[in-house]
Amino acid sequence: MMGWLAVALLTVPLLGALLLVIAPNALRPVLRGYGLAVSGATLALAVVLVATFDYARAARPQFTVDRPWIPGLDLRFHLGVDGVSLPLIALTALLTFLCFAYLSWGDGRAPGQLLEPRAGEARPRALVFTLLVLEVGMIGTFLALDLLLFFVFFEIVLIPMYFLIAIWGGKGRRAAAIKFILYTLLGSVVMLLGLLLIWAQTGTLDIVALGQAHGAGMSRAVQIIAFVAVGIGLAVKTPMWPLHTWLPDAHTEAPTVGSVLLAGVLLKMGTYGFARIAIPILPEGAVAAAPWLGALAVVGIVYGALACLAQRDLKRMIAYSSVGHMGFVLLGFATLTAVGVNGALFANIAHGLITGLLFFLAGAIKERYGTADMPSLGGGMLATLPHLGAILTFACVASLGMPGLAGFWGEMLSLLGAFQPVEALPRELFLTFMVIGGLGAVLTAAYFLLMLSRVTHGLPGRAGVGPAAYGVEAVDERPVMPEPPGPVEAVDGGPRAPEALPGAVAEGTEVTTSEVGPGTGVGAAAGSVVGTGVGAAPAAAVGTGVGTVEPGVGAAGLRDVRGYELVAWVPLIVLILLFGLWPKLLLSLTTPAVQTLLGGLS
Amino acid sequence: MTNFPLLAVLLPFVAAFAGLLLSRRPYLLLGRRSRPGVAGAKADAPARSGDTSAAGGDVFGTGGDASWTGGEADERRRRAHARAAWIAVVPTAVSVVLALWLAWAPGFAYIVGAAPSEPVGSTYGSIITGGIPISLTLQADDLSAILGVLVTLVALAVQVYSVGYLHDDPRYPSYSAFVSLFTSAMLLVVYSGDLLVLYVGWEIMGLCSYLLIGHWWEDRGNSRAAVKAFLVTRLGDVGFLFGIFVLGVAAGSFRIADVLAKVPEMSMGTLVAATMLLLAGVAGKSAQVPLHTWLPDAMAGPTPISALIHAATMVAAGIFIVARLFPAFVVARPTMDLLAVMAALGMLGAALAALAQDDLKRVLAYSTISQLAYMAGGLAAGSDRAAIFHLLTHGAFKALLFLCAGVVIHYVGTNLMSRMGGLRRQLPVTFVAMTVGFAALMGIPPASGFFSKDALLLAMDRALAGGVLTDAAALLLYGCALATVAVTGAYAARAWLRTFFGPARAVALPEPEPGTAHVVDVREAPRTMLLPVVLLAVPALLLGFVGGVHLDLGVAAVSVVLALLGAGVIYAFWRGDPVTDPARVLGPLRVPCERAFYVDDLYAAVFARPVLALAGLVVRTDDTVVDGAVRGSGRAARGLSGVLRLAQNGNVQLYVSGVLAGVLLIAVGAVVFA
Repeated sequence: MMGWLAVALLTVPLLGALLLVIAPNALRPVLRGYGLAVSGATLALAVVLVATFDYARAARPQFTVDRPWIPGLDLRFHLGVDGVSLPLIALTALLTFLCFAYLSWGDGRAPGQLLEPRAGEARPRALVFTLLVLEVGMIGTFLALDLLLFFVFFEIVLIPMYFLIAIWGGKGRRAAAIKFILYTLLGSVVMLLGLLLIWAQTGTLDIVALGQAHGAGMSRAVQIIAFVAVGIGLAVKTPMWPLHTWLPDAHTEAPTVGSVLLAGVLLKMGTYGFARIAIPILPEGAVAAAPWLGALAVVGIVYGALACLAQRDLKRMIAYSSVGHMGFVLLGFATLTAVGVNGALFANIAHGLITGLLFFLAGAIKERYGTADMPSLGGGMLATLPHLGAILTFACVASLGMPGLAGFWGEMLSLLGAFQPVEALPRELFLTFMVIGGLGAVLTAAYFLLMLSRVTHGLPGRAGVGPAAYGVEAVDERPVMPEPPGPVEAVDGGPRAPEALPGAVAEGTEVTTSEVGPGTGVGAAAGSVVGTGVGAAPAAAVGTGVGTVEPGVGAAGLRDVRGYELVAWVPLIVLILLFGLWPKLLLSLTTPAVQTLLGGLS
Repeated sequence: MTNFPLLAVLLPFVAAFAGLLLSRRPYLLLGRRSRPGVAGAKADAPARSGDTSAAGGDVFGTGGDASWTGGEADERRRRAHARAAWIAVVPTAVSVVLALWLAWAPGFAYIVGAAPSEPVGSTYGSIITGGIPISLTLQADDLSAILGVLVTLVALAVQVYSVGYLHDDPRYPSYSAFVSLFTSAMLLVVYSGDLLVLYVGWEIMGLCSYLLIGHWWEDRGNSRAAVKAFLVTRLGDVGFLFGIFVLGVAAGSFRIADVLAKVPEMSMGTLVAATMLLLAGVAGKSAQVPLHTWLPDAMAGPTPISALIHAATMVAAGIFIVARLFPAFVVARPTMDLLAVMAALGMLGAALAALAQDDLKRVLAYSTISQLAYMAGGLAAGSDRAAIFHLLTHGAFKALLFLCAGVVIHYVGTNLMSRMGGLRRQLPVTFVAMTVGFAALMGIPPASGFFSKDALLLAMDRALAGGVLTDAAALLLYGCALATVAVTGAYAARAWLRTFFGPARAVALPEPEPGTAHVVDVREAPRTMLLPVVLLAVPALLLGFVGGVHLDLGVAAVSVVLALLGAGVIYAFWRGDPVTDPARVLGPLRVPCERAFYVDDLYAAVFARPVLALAGLVVRTDDTVVDGAVRGSGRAARGLSGVLRLAQNGNVQLYVSGVLAGVLLIAVGAVVFA
């Protein structure tokens, strides 16, 4: 009973995507509302899931569906939700919805508005389709309770993400997308071999049954081989050092929503696999591999932090910070204790919220400044864009593990787990890991604070954004003068066409001033963002819209946080605060499930 | 009454959020009257630029936002400030009442020396972690109750003072909200009954310290100081967290009461490890050697912040923790010896550094390090009561000194004593108040500092005769403490003379730079600034008499004579030439003292630069080695396929030859193996 809810979580986005293929013309005019509605319906289902979940039995799978799928191979369509997967499903539905909100509720003329129907390059229908298919894959991964079904969903995700990067990404998108898909596919193949080995040894693919068996029927050697094979596949996705190099490229090139979903959900699929498959099904293999896993995890923490210290590109820096944060998650798993795994799962959710927010912010900065290169950003964001700067400060502080915000509890519990790992593991080694991890936390604080110091503090240093530009900021916010009726060139085309950031400003559609209209001069602001990014000619493109600007300061109108951005960010901010101040919400959910999953180790 | 600790913590916390989100609300309502006019917008722009409050109300109101005339902008800002001030001051005042009540009930038992009474408070559930649960306990025992009074009172004084001090700072609303958040976090540390909950407050204090040091972030120097303060304390805090782990796991609980109850059963190794690790956090937060370097730089923040966070409360938290867990520390002898050595080096070194500084606030900062080292020395000598007594008097007189320094800086427009002089006529109230503060700092009777310093010296004297410390450590501690008394007298006298006496050297600055307090004011200071100063002068003078006077006449006489000796030498040098800095008494030591013995340069060379170099190395490695392997595997695959492709060249002859050769091979194989 209630299994329909789990199925509905998959079918709603899937049907939504199919409908786009069946009736493209009918849906084209309402495309923005459509994506929002479908993902909103999925979110509503997830909320119902959260509301009707039986918290007293969080350790057992609920909302289960178990039907034969391919009887010849004994494959079953087996879905279910327990305390480990429930938060991840809710997070997925929420982040997808927020991405659609971010895309849909803008006024269509802002940069980065990929859903503007008129822009030829943007392919809005394909984008909605891709995101919905992505959502099916992501939610399915967290629902699946059959090894092969899990693998299928795990793989489905790759393809929409590949297109998301390859079509809507930045300049180096092709190479990044190919690297992403080849790397993760290669990992998946290894994982598939591991899963098949488990199948061959035990004769079942049922995750629940395998988890209850705690490795019975598999010799120690088999368990170790299977754990290593499955672990490599998951570690590529997580990503674990040294299998991480696809991540910075993918993040740097992906569009904002791609980065948010990649960091917020896709990385979690790897770590979820450890909690769901690798550790409970293969306990002896886990014990044998845990020291290695822990070692690679702490190397990742320190290595990621050091790499962040020397980055110039904001998005790349956040990508490397994910390597460090995922290191804490893996360290928590490596301890094989309830505390450590709890910490890992908490850090998982926290990272999804915080890094999702950080990528939203990085995207917003890139849209405004035309670059995410920190030296080019200059400084003084708190002066030019006070609210954006303040939210960026908040997100960074959350990410560096400030107690009272979500980032702290996961890392703290991971370290506490490492202080007292499960008895089968060498304690001295894990104490060393704990100390290195702790120093990594200091380095994490160092790179975030240095970044904040560089970007948000100081006087605005870039040409045109200096103090002289305050007047311009003011001009931008006035209604545009009605008299110069000429077209505002390319205000939209530039940033929307993925590779058109600097040069191809002229190719956009024409927007007459009446459309820019009596609003708040958004078009003009957007145009001048492009202008600052390029430096030279496009200032003329801004021209007519802000005709009253005195020459010389024409390229500076940066808009602070906008309504639709706030719609996408505020839920994340609220949840970061909520989980930070009241960690019990998550911990009481995961603890019973974790204790069941770790049953084979105690 | 059991909920008073919770209320005292929550009120400033809520005030912080309210201050950030609500104080600018009126913008929304007024902002709709759109009027074209660039001039007003220009006048307004710098003010808006300073708005750091997150998610403020004017996010949506951008339509008419830019069309304010100058007068309207001022009016708008004034209202926002007034609102923020009320939001900040009222909850803090209520917290003062709650804290006083909590301390009044057991009759200030801790300083009076009465028998300990039952803690007041309750447990609000616990957080399961899968291992040891975290208990959400807030309670006030005798020690917490006393500290709570200090924290809330100084916070209230600083909030009121800041209304005047920052009255034309565009970022006052966010500033006062951060001060409220800090107050809440510090009260959480004080009232928490669980070590991990305490750690939460401990870290949030660090965050507030970072945000407030960087209040004038336009200046890169301030930004650097803020980052440095956060990172140095965070380094210590990692040790602190691990110390909590050791204690908590050994006791099977993170509740402080449970931990202290289990101390007798713990092994010596566990206790020494735990206390040493905790000491790292104490050294970071309380700016003790070797993690003291952040505090002088932290003076980049507004002066009221220096008074509250970097003199009276946050930096005292380390001392408080040691006193809180004193039963664990006092058993761990090696830790106590280390604490004694750290304290001895810190108190004398910082006092000497204070003697050579030209910046008035840096003098006070080094003086804070030195005085905190006194407290640490008292703890090491085995007297937690003496240390807490000095913590309280120091909190009062050092906050007073900083607030007075703020008035002086507000008046002169510079921090440098070489630009001050002869101010006793222009600032009579401040002069009297600051004289009280300096007297307390030097330990001149009847000011409060005299009694508390006497209690500390007495404890160190007794430690010589035998106690927790080894002889060498006790001797070093007592010797350094006596020498520091003299140096303290010297630097206090120097600062007093250079500021208030001699010829005036004030130079009017042309324009206030961003990042400095605003310049020359004609009057002494607004009433909101003078009132807290006058009120703080009372405890700074009289707090020593609380709980009865316990004096050891011998020690007291020695310390007063030493302090006067130090002051006398400085006075003699100053009389000789009132214009030149009497710090020349240090001779060749002056430059090393001014640079604080080059510790900063050492750390930069040993830690900061290697880490950055390592970061560069990691990036290069990541590109060439780790990713190089990935790209290399791709290239290798393509290379291999290139070799294979040679066979697929479309030459039919080659294909047929290949087929024939294959058939031949199979045939031979079949014949041979059949």
